Amino acid sequence: MTEGVAPALRTFEALGRRTIDVVEALGRFGAFLGVALGLLFSPPFKWRACVSRIHYVGFNSLLIILLTGTFTGMVLGLQLYLTLQRFGAEAYLGPAVALSIIRELGPVLSALMVTGRAGSALTAEIGIMRITEQIDALTVMALNPMRYLAVPSLLAGLITFPMMTAVFDTVGIFGGYLVGVQLLGLSQGTYFGEMKTFVDMRDIMTGFWKSLSFGVIVTWVATYKGFHVGHGAEGVARATTQSVVLASVLILVWDYFLGSVLP
Amino acid sequence: MIRVEGLTKSFGANPVLRGVDLDVPKGSVTIIIGRSGGGKSVFLKHLIGLLRPDSGKIFVDDVDITRLSGRALEPVRRRYGVVFQNGALFDSQTCYDNVAFPLRETRRMSQSEIHRRVDAALGQVELSGVGPKYPAEISGGMRKRVAIARALVSEPEIIFFDEPTTGLDPILVNTIHRLIQTLHRTFRFTAVMVSHEIPEIFEIADRVAMLYEGRIVEAGPPAAIQGSTNPVVRKFITGEPD
Repeated sequence: MTEGVAPALRTFEALGRRTIDVVEALGRFGAFLGVALGLLFSPPFKWRACVSRIHYVGFNSLLIILLTGTFTGMVLGLQLYLTLQRFGAEAYLGPAVALSIIRELGPVLSALMVTGRAGSALTAEIGIMRITEQIDALTVMALNPMRYLAVPSLLAGLITFPMMTAVFDTVGIFGGYLVGVQLLGLSQGTYFGEMKTFVDMRDIMTGFWKSLSFGVIVTWVATYKGFHVGHGAEGVARATTQSVVLASVLILVWDYFLGSVLP
Repeated sequence: MIRVEGLTKSFGANPVLRGVDLDVPKGSVTIIIGRSGGGKSVFLKHLIGLLRPDSGKIFVDDVDITRLSGRALEPVRRRYGVVFQNGALFDSQTCYDNVAFPLRETRRMSQSEIHRRVDAALGQVELSGVGPKYPAEISGGMRKRVAIARALVSEPEIIFFDEPTTGLDPILVNTIHRLIQTLHRTFRFTAVMVSHEIPEIFEIADRVAMLYEGRIVEAGPPAAIQGSTNPVVRKFITGEPD
Protein backbone atom coordinates (compact mmCIF):
# COMPACT_ATOMS: atom_id res chain seq x y z
CA MET A 1 0.00 0.00 0.00
CA THR A 2 2.66 2.47 1.11
CA GLU A 3 4.76 2.05 -2.08
CA GLY A 4 2.15 3.73 -4.28
CA VAL A 5 1.68 6.75 -2.00
CA ALA A 6 3.64 9.95 -2.32
CA PRO A 7 5.96 10.44 0.67
CA ALA A 8 4.11 13.60 1.75
CA LEU A 9 0.87 11.65 2.02
CA ARG A 10 2.28 8.73 4.00
CA THR A 11 1.61 10.46 7.31
CA PHE A 12 -2.04 10.87 6.36
CA GLU A 13 -2.22 7.27 5.22
CA ALA A 14 -0.79 6.08 8.54
CA LEU A 15 -3.18 8.35 10.42
CA GLY A 16 -6.11 7.04 8.40
CA ARG A 17 -5.11 3.43 9.00
CA ARG A 18 -4.75 4.11 12.72
CA THR A 19 -8.18 5.76 12.80
CA ILE A 20 -9.77 2.78 11.05
CA ASP A 21 -8.08 0.41 13.55
CA VAL A 22 -9.39 2.44 16.50
CA VAL A 23 -12.93 2.59 15.10
CA GLU A 24 -12.87 -1.17 14.41
CA ALA A 25 -11.63 -1.88 17.94
CA LEU A 26 -14.37 0.33 19.41
CA GLY A 27 -16.91 -1.52 17.28
CA ARG A 28 -15.68 -4.89 18.55
CA PHE A 29 -15.70 -3.57 22.12
CA GLY A 30 -19.32 -2.38 21.80
CA ALA A 31 -20.46 -5.52 19.98
CA PHE A 32 -18.91 -7.65 22.75
CA LEU A 33 -21.12 -5.97 25.36
CA GLY A 34 -24.14 -6.24 23.06
CA VAL A 35 -23.65 -10.00 22.67
CA ALA A 36 -23.08 -10.47 26.42
CA LEU A 37 -26.22 -8.48 27.32
CA GLY A 38 -28.21 -10.47 24.76
CA LEU A 39 -27.06 -13.76 26.28
CA LEU A 40 -27.82 -12.44 29.77
CA PHE A 41 -31.53 -12.70 28.96
CA SER A 42 -31.53 -15.89 26.88
CA PRO A 43 -31.38 -19.43 28.35
CA PRO A 44 -29.66 -21.69 29.18
CA PHE A 45 -28.38 -19.79 32.24
CA LYS A 46 -25.17 -20.94 33.84
CA TRP A 47 -26.17 -20.46 37.47
CA ARG A 48 -23.26 -22.37 38.95
CA ALA A 49 -20.79 -20.23 37.03
CA CYS A 50 -22.67 -17.09 38.14
CA VAL A 51 -22.53 -18.06 41.82
CA SER A 52 -18.82 -18.83 41.46
CA ARG A 53 -18.20 -15.42 39.85
CA ILE A 54 -20.24 -13.62 42.52
CA HIS A 55 -18.04 -15.27 45.14
CA TYR A 56 -14.91 -14.41 43.17
CA VAL A 57 -15.74 -10.78 42.34
CA GLY A 58 -17.79 -9.91 45.40
CA PHE A 59 -17.10 -11.96 48.49
CA ASN A 60 -13.35 -12.18 47.87
CA SER A 61 -13.17 -8.38 47.55
CA LEU A 62 -14.97 -7.78 50.84
CA LEU A 63 -11.89 -7.38 53.03
CA ILE A 64 -10.32 -4.73 50.82
CA ILE A 65 -13.67 -2.89 50.64
CA LEU A 66 -13.97 -2.93 54.43
CA LEU A 67 -10.43 -1.61 54.86
CA THR A 68 -10.58 1.12 52.21
CA GLY A 69 -14.11 2.13 53.23
CA THR A 70 -13.20 2.53 56.89
CA PHE A 71 -10.04 4.53 56.24
CA THR A 72 -11.66 6.70 53.58
CA GLY A 73 -14.38 7.61 56.10
CA MET A 74 -11.76 8.29 58.78
CA VAL A 75 -9.73 10.57 56.49
CA LEU A 76 -12.89 12.38 55.39
CA GLY A 77 -14.00 12.74 59.03
CA LEU A 78 -10.68 14.29 60.01
CA GLN A 79 -10.24 16.63 57.03
CA LEU A 80 -13.86 17.76 56.86
CA TYR A 81 -13.96 18.38 60.62
CA LEU A 82 -10.88 20.60 60.42
CA THR A 83 -12.30 22.49 57.43
CA LEU A 84 -15.83 22.88 58.81
CA GLN A 85 -14.46 23.99 62.15
CA ARG A 86 -13.02 27.10 60.45
CA PHE A 87 -16.56 28.16 59.59
CA GLY A 88 -18.06 26.97 62.85
CA ALA A 89 -20.00 24.39 60.90
CA GLU A 90 -18.63 21.16 62.39
CA ALA A 91 -22.20 20.08 63.16
CA TYR A 92 -22.51 19.31 59.47
CA LEU A 93 -19.71 16.75 59.55
CA GLY A 94 -22.18 13.81 59.44
CA PRO A 95 -24.02 14.90 56.26
CA ALA A 96 -20.75 16.03 54.62
CA VAL A 97 -19.14 12.64 55.18
CA ALA A 98 -22.29 10.76 54.22
CA LEU A 99 -22.97 12.72 51.03
CA SER A 100 -19.36 12.52 49.86
CA ILE A 101 -19.29 8.79 50.41
CA ILE A 102 -22.77 7.86 49.23
CA ARG A 103 -22.77 9.99 46.05
CA GLU A 104 -19.14 9.80 45.00
CA LEU A 105 -16.46 8.02 46.97
CA GLY A 106 -18.37 4.83 47.79
CA PRO A 107 -19.21 3.81 44.23
CA VAL A 108 -15.97 5.13 42.68
CA LEU A 109 -13.45 3.84 45.22
CA SER A 110 -15.10 0.45 45.64
CA ALA A 111 -15.16 0.07 41.82
CA LEU A 112 -11.49 1.03 41.57
CA MET A 113 -10.59 -1.41 44.33
CA VAL A 114 -12.49 -4.27 42.67
CA THR A 115 -10.89 -3.36 39.33
CA GLY A 116 -7.46 -3.78 40.89
CA ARG A 117 -8.30 -7.03 42.63
CA ALA A 118 -10.94 -8.92 40.65
CA GLY A 119 -10.89 -7.15 37.26
CA SER A 120 -7.22 -7.83 36.68
CA ALA A 121 -7.60 -11.44 37.84
CA LEU A 122 -10.59 -11.96 35.53
CA THR A 123 -8.59 -10.70 32.54
CA ALA A 124 -5.63 -12.89 33.43
CA GLU A 125 -7.79 -15.98 33.96
CA ILE A 126 -9.71 -15.60 30.69
CA GLY A 127 -6.51 -14.59 28.87
CA ILE A 128 -4.76 -17.77 30.00
CA MET A 129 -7.79 -19.79 28.92
CA ARG A 130 -7.50 -18.11 25.50
CA ILE A 131 -3.79 -18.81 24.98
CA THR A 132 -4.07 -22.40 26.25
CA GLU A 133 -6.95 -23.06 23.80
CA GLN A 134 -9.49 -23.69 26.59
CA ILE A 135 -11.82 -21.14 24.97
CA ASP A 136 -11.38 -22.88 21.60
CA ALA A 137 -12.20 -26.17 23.36
CA LEU A 138 -15.54 -24.69 24.49
CA THR A 139 -16.25 -23.44 20.97
CA VAL A 140 -15.60 -26.80 19.31
CA MET A 141 -17.91 -28.47 21.83
CA ALA A 142 -20.64 -26.32 20.21
CA LEU A 143 -20.79 -24.19 23.37
CA ASN A 144 -20.66 -20.40 23.42
CA PRO A 145 -17.66 -19.25 25.52
CA MET A 146 -19.34 -15.89 26.07
CA ARG A 147 -22.13 -17.64 27.94
CA TYR A 148 -19.65 -19.44 30.23
CA LEU A 149 -17.14 -16.67 30.83
CA ALA A 150 -18.47 -13.20 29.99
CA VAL A 151 -22.13 -13.45 31.03
CA PRO A 152 -21.56 -14.83 34.57
CA SER A 153 -18.92 -12.12 35.16
CA LEU A 154 -21.26 -9.39 33.92
CA LEU A 155 -24.08 -10.67 36.12
CA ALA A 156 -21.70 -10.87 39.08
CA GLY A 157 -20.72 -7.23 38.46
CA LEU A 158 -24.36 -6.14 38.35
CA ILE A 159 -25.17 -7.94 41.60
CA THR A 160 -22.04 -7.40 43.68
CA PHE A 161 -21.02 -3.81 42.87
CA PRO A 162 -24.11 -2.18 44.44
CA MET A 163 -23.74 -4.52 47.44
CA MET A 164 -20.06 -3.71 47.89
CA THR A 165 -20.80 -0.01 47.51
CA ALA A 166 -23.42 -0.32 50.26
CA VAL A 167 -20.81 -1.99 52.49
CA PHE A 168 -18.26 0.71 51.63
CA ASP A 169 -20.80 3.47 52.40
CA THR A 170 -21.71 1.92 55.75
CA VAL A 171 -18.17 1.39 56.99
CA GLY A 172 -17.11 4.77 55.54
CA ILE A 173 -19.78 6.59 57.54
CA PHE A 174 -18.72 4.55 60.57
CA GLY A 175 -15.08 5.60 59.93
CA GLY A 176 -16.16 9.26 59.90
CA TYR A 177 -18.05 8.60 63.15
CA LEU A 178 -14.95 7.08 64.78
CA VAL A 179 -12.88 10.20 64.06
CA GLY A 180 -15.57 12.89 64.35
CA VAL A 181 -17.39 11.58 67.41
CA GLN A 182 -15.03 9.26 69.26
CA LEU A 183 -11.80 11.13 68.58
CA LEU A 184 -12.70 14.77 68.06
CA GLY A 185 -15.66 14.99 70.42
CA LEU A 186 -18.60 15.80 68.17
CA SER A 187 -21.84 14.54 69.66
CA GLN A 188 -23.27 11.33 68.28
CA GLY A 189 -26.74 12.87 67.96
CA THR A 190 -25.39 15.75 65.87
CA TYR A 191 -23.39 13.44 63.60
CA PHE A 192 -26.30 11.14 62.77
CA GLY A 193 -29.17 13.61 63.27
CA GLU A 194 -27.93 16.09 60.66
CA MET A 195 -27.22 13.19 58.33
CA LYS A 196 -30.90 12.22 58.39
CA THR A 197 -31.86 15.81 57.56
CA PHE A 198 -29.58 16.23 54.56
CA VAL A 199 -29.25 12.80 52.96
CA ASP A 200 -32.28 11.59 51.04
CA MET A 201 -33.21 8.72 48.76
CA ARG A 202 -32.05 10.56 45.62
CA ASP A 203 -28.47 10.56 46.92
CA ILE A 204 -28.62 6.87 47.65
CA MET A 205 -30.08 6.14 44.20
CA THR A 206 -27.35 8.22 42.55
CA GLY A 207 -24.75 6.03 44.25
CA PHE A 208 -26.72 2.91 43.33
CA TRP A 209 -26.92 3.75 39.60
CA LYS A 210 -23.25 4.61 39.56
CA SER A 211 -22.23 1.36 41.21
CA LEU A 212 -24.48 -0.64 38.89
CA SER A 213 -22.93 0.95 35.79
CA PHE A 214 -19.40 0.53 37.22
CA GLY A 215 -20.18 -3.16 37.68
CA VAL A 216 -20.90 -3.39 33.96
CA ILE A 217 -17.83 -1.34 32.99
CA VAL A 218 -15.33 -3.32 35.08
CA THR A 219 -16.55 -6.79 34.05
CA TRP A 220 -17.06 -5.73 30.42
CA VAL A 221 -13.51 -4.38 30.12
CA ALA A 222 -11.98 -7.28 32.07
CA THR A 223 -13.67 -10.03 30.04
CA TYR A 224 -13.17 -8.23 26.69
CA LYS A 225 -9.46 -7.83 27.34
CA GLY A 226 -9.22 -11.48 28.41
CA PHE A 227 -10.95 -12.68 25.25
CA HIS A 228 -8.76 -10.47 23.01
CA VAL A 229 -5.43 -11.21 24.61
CA GLY A 230 -2.20 -11.24 22.56
CA HIS A 231 0.31 -14.04 22.40
CA GLY A 232 1.92 -15.80 25.34
CA ALA A 233 2.59 -14.65 28.88
CA GLU A 234 3.54 -11.17 27.66
CA GLY A 235 0.17 -10.84 25.92
CA VAL A 236 -1.65 -11.79 29.13
CA ALA A 237 0.45 -9.33 31.17
CA ARG A 238 -0.26 -6.52 28.70
CA ALA A 239 -3.99 -7.29 28.58
CA THR A 240 -4.17 -7.30 32.39
CA THR A 241 -2.50 -3.89 32.64
CA GLN A 242 -4.69 -2.47 29.86
CA SER A 243 -7.77 -3.86 31.57
CA VAL A 244 -7.01 -2.11 34.87
CA VAL A 245 -6.03 1.19 33.23
CA LEU A 246 -8.98 1.29 30.82
CA ALA A 247 -11.54 0.29 33.46
CA SER A 248 -10.18 2.88 35.92
CA VAL A 249 -10.28 5.68 33.34
CA LEU A 250 -13.77 4.70 32.18
CA ILE A 251 -14.99 4.65 35.80
CA LEU A 252 -13.79 8.22 36.37
CA VAL A 253 -15.11 9.54 33.04
CA TRP A 254 -18.46 7.81 33.48
CA ASP A 255 -18.65 9.04 37.08
CA TYR A 256 -18.36 12.63 35.90
CA PHE A 257 -20.98 12.05 33.21
CA LEU A 258 -23.45 10.39 35.59
CA GLY A 259 -22.73 12.98 38.29
CA SER A 260 -23.77 15.72 35.90
CA VAL A 261 -26.98 14.08 34.64
CA LEU A 262 -28.31 12.37 37.77
CA PRO A 263 -30.15 14.61 40.30
CA MET B 1 -16.69 -37.53 4.51
CA ILE B 2 -14.60 -34.34 4.49
CA ARG B 3 -13.68 -32.67 1.22
CA VAL B 4 -11.56 -29.54 1.04
CA GLU B 5 -11.41 -27.52 -2.18
CA GLY B 6 -9.05 -24.66 -2.94
CA LEU B 7 -8.69 -23.42 0.64
CA THR B 8 -6.70 -20.20 0.96
CA LYS B 9 -5.85 -18.13 4.01
CA SER B 10 -3.53 -15.20 4.57
CA PHE B 11 -2.66 -13.36 7.76
CA GLY B 12 -1.98 -9.81 6.63
CA ALA B 13 0.46 -10.03 3.74
CA ASN B 14 1.55 -13.54 4.72
CA PRO B 15 -0.20 -16.32 2.76
CA VAL B 16 -0.38 -19.51 4.87
CA LEU B 17 -2.71 -21.69 2.82
CA ARG B 18 -2.50 -21.23 -0.97
CA GLY B 19 -5.16 -23.59 -2.25
CA VAL B 20 -5.42 -26.75 -0.20
CA ASP B 21 -7.32 -29.68 -1.70
CA LEU B 22 -7.88 -32.81 0.36
CA ASP B 23 -10.29 -35.72 0.71
CA VAL B 24 -10.77 -37.47 4.05
CA PRO B 25 -12.65 -40.77 3.55
CA LYS B 26 -15.16 -41.87 6.18
CA GLY B 27 -13.68 -44.08 8.89
CA SER B 28 -10.08 -43.45 7.86
CA VAL B 29 -7.12 -42.12 9.82
CA THR B 30 -5.73 -39.28 7.73
CA ILE B 31 -2.52 -37.70 8.92
CA ILE B 32 -1.32 -34.34 7.69
CA ILE B 33 2.43 -33.96 7.82
CA GLY B 34 4.60 -30.96 7.08
CA ARG B 35 7.29 -28.72 8.48
CA SER B 36 6.80 -26.67 11.62
CA GLY B 37 5.16 -23.35 10.82
CA GLY B 38 3.89 -24.74 7.53
CA GLY B 39 0.21 -24.08 8.27
CA LYS B 40 -0.89 -27.54 9.49
CA SER B 41 -2.55 -26.25 12.65
CA VAL B 42 -4.08 -23.33 10.72
CA PHE B 43 -5.53 -25.84 8.27
CA LEU B 44 -6.91 -27.96 11.12
CA LYS B 45 -8.52 -24.85 12.67
CA HIS B 46 -10.36 -24.31 9.39
CA LEU B 47 -11.64 -27.89 9.45
CA ILE B 48 -13.05 -27.45 12.96
CA GLY B 49 -14.53 -24.04 12.13
CA LEU B 50 -12.30 -21.91 14.36
CA LEU B 51 -10.94 -19.95 11.37
CA ARG B 52 -12.71 -18.81 8.24
CA PRO B 53 -10.86 -19.11 4.93
CA ASP B 54 -10.29 -16.25 2.50
CA SER B 55 -11.61 -18.55 -0.23
CA GLY B 56 -12.29 -22.22 -0.84
CA LYS B 57 -14.76 -24.74 0.55
CA ILE B 58 -14.86 -27.42 3.24
CA PHE B 59 -17.58 -30.01 2.82
CA VAL B 60 -18.56 -32.27 5.71
CA ASP B 61 -20.96 -34.79 4.17
CA ASP B 62 -21.85 -32.30 1.42
CA VAL B 63 -22.48 -29.41 3.84
CA ASP B 64 -20.14 -26.52 3.09
CA ILE B 65 -19.15 -25.41 6.61
CA THR B 66 -17.36 -22.28 5.36
CA ARG B 67 -20.82 -20.83 4.72
CA LEU B 68 -21.94 -21.54 8.29
CA SER B 69 -21.28 -19.50 11.40
CA GLY B 70 -22.45 -19.26 14.99
CA ARG B 71 -25.41 -21.50 15.79
CA ALA B 72 -25.58 -22.92 12.28
CA LEU B 73 -22.19 -24.56 12.88
CA GLU B 74 -23.28 -26.23 16.14
CA PRO B 75 -24.86 -29.37 14.59
CA VAL B 76 -21.61 -29.98 12.68
CA ARG B 77 -19.48 -29.37 15.77
CA ARG B 78 -21.57 -31.86 17.77
CA ARG B 79 -20.23 -34.52 15.41
CA TYR B 80 -16.67 -33.50 16.25
CA GLY B 81 -14.20 -34.29 18.97
CA VAL B 82 -10.98 -32.30 19.16
CA VAL B 83 -7.71 -33.09 20.93
CA PHE B 84 -5.70 -29.89 21.12
CA GLN B 85 -1.93 -29.71 21.02
CA ASN B 86 -1.55 -29.16 24.77
CA GLY B 87 -4.79 -30.84 25.76
CA ALA B 88 -6.70 -27.60 26.48
CA LEU B 89 -8.13 -29.17 29.62
CA PHE B 90 -10.03 -26.78 31.89
CA ASP B 91 -7.48 -26.22 34.63
CA SER B 92 -10.07 -25.22 37.23
CA GLN B 93 -11.82 -28.61 36.93
CA THR B 94 -10.77 -32.11 37.89
CA CYS B 95 -9.97 -34.64 35.18
CA TYR B 96 -13.34 -36.31 35.85
CA ASP B 97 -15.20 -33.02 35.43
CA ASN B 98 -13.22 -32.25 32.27
CA VAL B 99 -14.32 -35.52 30.69
CA ALA B 100 -17.88 -35.15 31.98
CA PHE B 101 -18.14 -31.53 30.77
CA PRO B 102 -19.31 -32.14 27.18
CA LEU B 103 -21.92 -34.63 28.39
CA ARG B 104 -23.24 -32.32 31.10
CA GLU B 105 -23.41 -29.34 28.80
CA THR B 106 -24.55 -30.78 25.50
CA ARG B 107 -26.49 -33.95 26.30
CA ARG B 108 -29.53 -34.64 28.40
CA MET B 109 -28.24 -37.48 30.49
CA SER B 110 -28.76 -38.77 34.01
CA GLN B 111 -25.89 -38.41 36.47
CA SER B 112 -25.51 -42.20 36.60
CA GLU B 113 -25.24 -42.42 32.79
CA ILE B 114 -22.66 -39.59 32.76
CA HIS B 115 -20.72 -41.35 35.52
CA ARG B 116 -20.75 -44.62 33.60
CA ARG B 117 -19.54 -43.03 30.37
CA VAL B 118 -16.82 -40.94 32.02
CA ASP B 119 -15.52 -43.98 33.87
CA ALA B 120 -15.53 -45.95 30.61
CA ALA B 121 -13.73 -43.16 28.71
CA LEU B 122 -11.05 -42.82 31.40
CA GLY B 123 -10.70 -46.61 31.44
CA GLN B 124 -10.21 -46.69 27.67
CA VAL B 125 -7.25 -44.33 27.96
CA GLU B 126 -5.96 -46.37 30.95
CA LEU B 127 -6.42 -43.58 33.48
CA SER B 128 -9.14 -44.99 35.71
CA GLY B 129 -7.69 -43.57 38.91
CA VAL B 130 -7.02 -39.95 37.90
CA GLY B 131 -10.60 -38.64 37.93
CA PRO B 132 -10.27 -36.62 41.18
CA LYS B 133 -6.95 -35.03 40.18
CA TYR B 134 -6.56 -31.63 38.56
CA PRO B 135 -4.73 -31.34 35.20
CA ALA B 136 -1.81 -29.57 36.91
CA GLU B 137 -1.32 -32.61 39.17
CA ILE B 138 -0.71 -35.12 36.35
CA SER B 139 2.04 -35.56 33.75
CA GLY B 140 1.97 -34.19 30.19
CA GLY B 141 1.33 -37.64 28.72
CA MET B 142 -1.57 -38.24 31.11
CA ARG B 143 -3.04 -34.83 30.25
CA LYS B 144 -3.03 -35.78 26.55
CA ARG B 145 -4.80 -39.03 27.37
CA VAL B 146 -7.42 -37.19 29.47
CA ALA B 147 -7.91 -34.87 26.49
CA ILE B 148 -8.42 -37.91 24.26
CA ALA B 149 -10.97 -39.27 26.78
CA ARG B 150 -12.81 -35.92 26.71
CA ALA B 151 -12.89 -35.95 22.91
CA LEU B 152 -14.06 -39.55 22.90
CA VAL B 153 -16.75 -39.42 25.57
CA SER B 154 -19.40 -37.87 23.31
CA GLU B 155 -18.82 -40.66 20.78
CA PRO B 156 -18.12 -38.25 17.90
CA GLU B 157 -18.04 -39.30 14.26
CA ILE B 158 -14.88 -37.30 13.53
CA ILE B 159 -11.95 -36.67 15.88
CA PHE B 160 -9.27 -34.10 15.11
CA PHE B 161 -5.87 -34.47 16.74
CA ASP B 162 -3.58 -31.44 16.69
CA GLU B 163 -0.06 -32.80 17.24
CA PRO B 164 -1.17 -35.08 20.10
CA THR B 165 2.36 -36.28 20.83
CA THR B 166 4.25 -32.97 20.88
CA GLY B 167 6.65 -32.74 23.80
CA LEU B 168 6.41 -36.42 24.78
CA ASP B 169 9.23 -38.93 25.01
CA PRO B 170 9.45 -41.70 22.34
CA ILE B 171 7.83 -44.29 24.59
CA LEU B 172 4.85 -42.03 25.29
CA VAL B 173 4.63 -41.13 21.60
CA ASN B 174 4.20 -44.80 20.77
CA THR B 175 1.77 -45.27 23.67
CA ILE B 176 -0.44 -42.43 22.40
CA HIS B 177 -0.26 -43.68 18.81
CA ARG B 178 -1.17 -47.20 19.86
CA LEU B 179 -4.02 -45.82 21.97
CA ILE B 180 -5.39 -43.85 19.02
CA GLN B 181 -5.11 -46.94 16.83
CA THR B 182 -6.95 -49.11 19.36
CA LEU B 183 -9.68 -46.53 19.91
CA HIS B 184 -10.11 -46.11 16.17
CA ARG B 185 -10.52 -49.86 15.71
CA THR B 186 -13.07 -49.94 18.54
CA PHE B 187 -15.16 -46.88 17.69
CA ARG B 188 -14.54 -46.54 13.92
CA PHE B 189 -14.49 -42.74 14.00
CA THR B 190 -12.92 -40.71 11.21
CA ALA B 191 -9.63 -39.28 12.41
CA VAL B 192 -7.73 -36.29 11.08
CA MET B 193 -4.37 -35.82 12.73
CA VAL B 194 -1.66 -33.23 12.36
CA SER B 195 1.71 -34.67 13.22
CA HIS B 196 5.36 -34.74 12.29
CA GLU B 197 6.24 -37.95 14.06
CA ILE B 198 8.08 -39.67 11.22
CA PRO B 199 8.16 -42.68 10.78
CA GLU B 200 5.75 -43.65 13.62
CA ILE B 201 2.68 -42.19 11.91
CA PHE B 202 3.04 -44.54 8.94
CA GLU B 203 1.98 -47.40 11.22
CA ILE B 204 -1.35 -45.90 12.19
CA ALA B 205 -2.35 -43.86 9.11
CA ASP B 206 -4.68 -44.98 6.35
CA ARG B 207 -3.77 -41.87 4.37
CA VAL B 208 -0.96 -39.36 4.69
CA ALA B 209 -1.00 -35.88 3.15
CA MET B 210 2.03 -33.61 2.98
CA LEU B 211 1.38 -29.88 3.34
CA TYR B 212 4.14 -27.74 1.90
CA GLU B 213 4.13 -24.01 1.21
CA GLY B 214 0.37 -23.82 1.67
CA ARG B 215 -0.56 -26.71 -0.64
CA ILE B 216 -0.97 -30.48 -0.36
CA VAL B 217 1.95 -31.65 -2.48
CA GLU B 218 1.24 -35.35 -2.12
CA ALA B 219 -1.47 -37.49 -0.54
CA GLY B 220 -1.99 -41.23 -0.47
CA PRO B 221 -1.53 -44.43 1.52
CA PRO B 222 1.53 -44.56 3.82
CA ALA B 223 3.42 -46.88 1.47
CA ALA B 224 2.97 -44.45 -1.44
CA ILE B 225 4.25 -41.55 0.63
CA GLN B 226 7.21 -43.56 1.90
CA GLY B 227 8.06 -44.49 -1.68
CA SER B 228 7.42 -41.01 -3.06
CA THR B 229 9.87 -39.59 -5.57
CA ASN B 230 8.78 -36.01 -4.84
CA PRO B 231 11.95 -34.34 -3.50
CA VAL B 232 10.04 -32.26 -0.94
CA VAL B 233 8.37 -35.37 0.51
CA ARG B 234 11.57 -37.38 0.42
CA LYS B 235 13.49 -34.65 2.17
CA PHE B 236 10.86 -34.40 4.92
CA ILE B 237 10.52 -38.12 5.63
CA THR B 238 14.25 -38.72 5.61
CA GLY B 239 14.83 -35.65 7.78
CA GLU B 240 17.51 -34.16 5.54
CA PRO B 241 18.69 -30.78 6.80
CA ASP B 242 18.29 -27.66 4.58
